[in-house]
Amino acid sequence: MADTRVDLCGIELDNPVIAASGTFGYGYEFAELYDINCLGTFSFKGTTREPRFGNPTPRIAEAPAGLINAVGLQNPGVEAVIAEELPKLKKCFHKPVMANVSGFSIEDYVHTCTLLDKEPQVGWLELNISCPNVHGGGMSFGTDPKAAAAVVRAVKAATKKPLIVKLTPNVTDIVSVALACEEAGADGLSLINTLLSMRIDLRTRRPVLANVTGGLSGPAVFPVALRMVWQVAGAVKIPVVGLGGVSSAEDVLEMLLAGAAAVEVGAANLQDPWACRDIVRDLPGVMEKYGIEKLTDIIGGAHG
Amino acid sequence: MEEFLYTIRENRPLAPGVFRLSLSGGGAAPVPGQFVQLRLPGRFLRRPFSVCDAEEDRLTVIYKAVGRGTEELSRLEPGAELPVLAPLGTGFDLDRAGETPLLVAGGLGLTPLYFLAKTLRRQGREPRVFLGFNTEKEVFYDEAFRALGCEVTVCTVDGSTGRQGLVTEALPPDGSFFCACGPEPMLRTLCRKLPGPGQLSLEARMGCGFGACMGCTVQTASGPRRVCKEGPVFDKEELLWPTQE
Repeated sequence: MADTRVDLCGIELDNPVIAASGTFGYGYEFAELYDINCLGTFSFKGTTREPRFGNPTPRIAEAPAGLINAVGLQNPGVEAVIAEELPKLKKCFHKPVMANVSGFSIEDYVHTCTLLDKEPQVGWLELNISCPNVHGGGMSFGTDPKAAAAVVRAVKAATKKPLIVKLTPNVTDIVSVALACEEAGADGLSLINTLLSMRIDLRTRRPVLANVTGGLSGPAVFPVALRMVWQVAGAVKIPVVGLGGVSSAEDVLEMLLAGAAAVEVGAANLQDPWACRDIVRDLPGVMEKYGIEKLTDIIGGAHG
Repeated sequence: MEEFLYTIRENRPLAPGVFRLSLSGGGAAPVPGQFVQLRLPGRFLRRPFSVCDAEEDRLTVIYKAVGRGTEELSRLEPGAELPVLAPLGTGFDLDRAGETPLLVAGGLGLTPLYFLAKTLRRQGREPRVFLGFNTEKEVFYDEAFRALGCEVTVCTVDGSTGRQGLVTEALPPDGSFFCACGPEPMLRTLCRKLPGPGQLSLEARMGCGFGACMGCTVQTASGPRRVCKEGPVFDKEELLWPTQE
């Protein structure tokens, strides 16, 4: 029997499949389609201190083998998330969940993380310092090692739960940001967030997205994500969660071989709402095909 | 919501660039105003289409070939199979529509209103249908509405057939309940001009189509709402559009 269990910052997951933030809401809508307890876990919709409508529409565009989004962190704000969304989530999901947090200042991040840190069902905090779609925050922390370290240090000092920092690929040297986060006390890293991108409408001759640019995700970015996971996992000692275009059990194994301790699945959920369930279902068979008995045996295996 | 595999029975032009796609073999049971997402070969995101008709294992949508995805769709032959996510969204509230509602469409916006008209006629109600087009050669489906037994007024901007002018200028200001679908400027004008309550079906560029990605959100009187989930049909009072010029 294939052993799909993995460890993420001291919490055991039944399998390494984590639905990625912004593609899975707060879980309960997917729970109408299948029992989401089959997942390792999921990272809920990026939460900020105040409610946000997000960017003007259109904020979605098609891309070859993927999509571009410029949603801009629409969410009801941390207080409503705790009062209204988490009780609904709790009814359909019985494992520790990952709380994805974004902000516009260190104080924002600390405030939101402190509140979510107290929620019993939150297993990990995932600090989004990599959203390409909001101005004056998000990615500006993730593109500078010093700014990244400062926000990680501040949140770490105010919270108890494992802190996973989500990194942007829109930098020349992701390893330097990863090392700065590790040094500042991060318990894990997740990468990659979306790649800055755009489309132009030939009929209107204007950008498709009202925000002009957005973040590319989907199978198109998988090889880029894999390369960055390889580089970061080779440089840090803390666990790395690999994401970016993962859409099959085979992709999960590639990510683990590159050094990921677990994976997140994002865009695939938007194309096929049953994608995560199917990846979890397929995993033991694909492990058997490649002669893998225990998933933890192959983490980082490609580094030789 | 489920995923069904449908087979194309017919995919033919009704007007320049406008095609009717008739599918069979699936089991979706939509209500008027709901939509479906078709997975097109080689495209990552599914494409949303209003349901024009649904009967037993059959499903009909009407679409305009405007981009590469829909252009490729227009070249698919009968016999091809399409995975369809359905039914999606929230449709028209038939209980509110009354006996003689106004059904107002601009161009392709007539698609969901045909399914609505058919359902209302089956219940013995008498919808009054107003269809707006730019010019005569763009007119389609007016006869299909008449075949349901509806009173139909066709308007063309250039007056080449039917009543000359915008469809928004042809409506009786009698306070009737209205159901509308069409370009947003038309819908905004309707909300401003028609004294009665109504429901409007909005169009949006969607990602997932089932409420997960937050790509198609609109601001409403009740807060941000997803066109693909709480919509595409919204009450007139919910839309934050000015009621006066």
